[in-house]
Amino acid sequence: MSDIAKDAPPPPWSFLSHNAAQLFYRLLAALLICIVLSIANESFLSLGNILNVLRQASLTFFIASGLTLVVLTAGLDLSVGANVALSACLAGTVIHQTGSPVLGILTGLVAGGTVGLMNGVMVTAMRIPSFIATYGMLWVLNGVTYWYMAGETIHGFPAGFRQIGSGYFLGLPIPVYLLLVFLAIGTLFAQRTVWGQEIYAIGANPVAARLSGIPVSRRLLLVYTVSGTMAGLASIIFLSRLNSAEADIGESLTLPAIAAVLIGGTSLFGGVGTIFGTFVGALILTLVLNGMNLLSINANWQPLVTGIIVIIAVWLDMKTRRGAT
Amino acid sequence: MSDLAIASPISSLRRLPGVAIVLVLLIALFGAIAPGFLSAANLSNVLVQSTILTMLALPMTLIIMTEGIDLSMGAVLTLTSLCVAIVSLATQSMLLGLGAAVLVGTVFGLANGWLVAIAKIPPFVATLATLGMAHGLSLIVSDGQSVVGIPHSVRDIYSAKLLGIPVPILMGVASYGVFHGLLYHTRFGTYVFALGGNRDALRYAGLSPTRLLIAVYAIGGMMAGVAGLLMTARMNSGHPTAGLGLEFDAIAAVAVGGTSFERGKGWLLGTLLGVLAVGVLRNGLNLVSLPSSVQVASVGVLVIVAMFLDGLRSRA
Repeated sequence: MSDIAKDAPPPPWSFLSHNAAQLFYRLLAALLICIVLSIANESFLSLGNILNVLRQASLTFFIASGLTLVVLTAGLDLSVGANVALSACLAGTVIHQTGSPVLGILTGLVAGGTVGLMNGVMVTAMRIPSFIATYGMLWVLNGVTYWYMAGETIHGFPAGFRQIGSGYFLGLPIPVYLLLVFLAIGTLFAQRTVWGQEIYAIGANPVAARLSGIPVSRRLLLVYTVSGTMAGLASIIFLSRLNSAEADIGESLTLPAIAAVLIGGTSLFGGVGTIFGTFVGALILTLVLNGMNLLSINANWQPLVTGIIVIIAVWLDMKTRRGAT
Repeated sequence: MSDLAIASPISSLRRLPGVAIVLVLLIALFGAIAPGFLSAANLSNVLVQSTILTMLALPMTLIIMTEGIDLSMGAVLTLTSLCVAIVSLATQSMLLGLGAAVLVGTVFGLANGWLVAIAKIPPFVATLATLGMAHGLSLIVSDGQSVVGIPHSVRDIYSAKLLGIPVPILMGVASYGVFHGLLYHTRFGTYVFALGGNRDALRYAGLSPTRLLIAVYAIGGMMAGVAGLLMTARMNSGHPTAGLGLEFDAIAAVAVGGTSFERGKGWLLGTLLGVLAVGVLRNGLNLVSLPSSVQVASVGVLVIVAMFLDGLRSRA
């Protein structure tokens, strides 16, 4: 496994300009996709479709933003999709039983955060590699969710609750406002707080981070818990938008979330990447999938295309980083 | 990374207890609480059902020994199973179906190897991406539908017996024999140990770790192709989601079997016992009528515990 970060003694300015250039290329790619799609299909530029793309992208973004922090520490959380499913089913049950959306939302967030915390404990206290720990967790969660639901579907939620996922405010879908809020919070946290910078440091060089007095285990616990909580948040939006909860809703969510993080330029080897990049990544992925939809390409093609995009994104990213140093 | 560990008979014996105890405990447990578990018919059933998993877990052992992983195996198995169904349906030839499956499986294995060894994408992400691709292709070629009406020559493989022993069991035993020979009695096997334990030594010896690594992943894909034949024979059809998630059982078997994820230490017989442990666990839970969801969760817990113990052992 080649350590890209290790052989990188760049001139002091290159880090910034390289990242800026990377971001610029990605925005350019998004723009290109938009131009191609608007030529290929006139309904692409309709307001309805653009809002739809934004809403879709926001769902991917919620899961991917927490995941970005995990990947920044050179870890991975493969359990996010299964976490969304379990949190959604638990939250749905609570809303049905108590009639209170607030309790349901709390349940979803707490369930997601608890799963994240358990991931964090496995990675820090039990010292299991994050890939394997969260992969095991993925199947535990799948099993628990299917057992809990026993093939049932929870359907029909109060109108007020459904506004979260499908409502509009001043012409924009409510998830888009949430996206902007979490984009701002995430960016501020990662770039402008000591904890955020410590997370970058842990990913860039865990030994140096520990030696310089960063409480690595506590930061890792935080990162996995945040990732789980964001999955919990995504589960609420899903629940409110689909107006139903089923055990299998998480299965197709993990790969797109990882794709968004990687397309956004976050390095799998840790220490490099931004939350804004992940937002752009979610946008690009959603644009591609939306375009395929508009060109009436069968939805069966989506996992294939997502897989190819992931590989191209990682490969290009590694190429350009190698070239930049 | 420093110690090159070639499994000696002694270290094998020292590790025997872990997985063997798990297996004996599981058998004792289900023998006590599950009616009919210890009947000859059911035990034979466990063995037959374990053959597909054996065919995946053996190459998975090699892959994990190189500090890699192959998450795409279940999805590739699904795709190759569809290949068997579609090709044998079109040509009425079981062998052509098997050939197509092995070809497709090997191509995916080579792709995984290329992504990991040459593009240097971490195995977890590379094979997760090819998982998506294989799953997508399965949906595309089958249009999301089952492929039915496959020829008898395919179906008969699963139910046929040779000298009174079911053919799938023989295929599983043969696979184990081949992998045992490959890993412990050829140079290639020694190189596989070195791939995980000491890659630099390979380079100094003038060998190409890249090509060896690609070969290891290609073998995984190829075996998924062979297992695809059994899968189709077992279900008497091709189904676009049939083998999804089986890679997890394979990884569980390898982890429980005592192969380490970090230092190129592998133990093939342990994997075989691990496969049986997973098979017994699923079969037993099934007999006491716990749903498959509970089985999935228990295998998940099994993996986490095994990995935790593996970590403890490596630090001890």
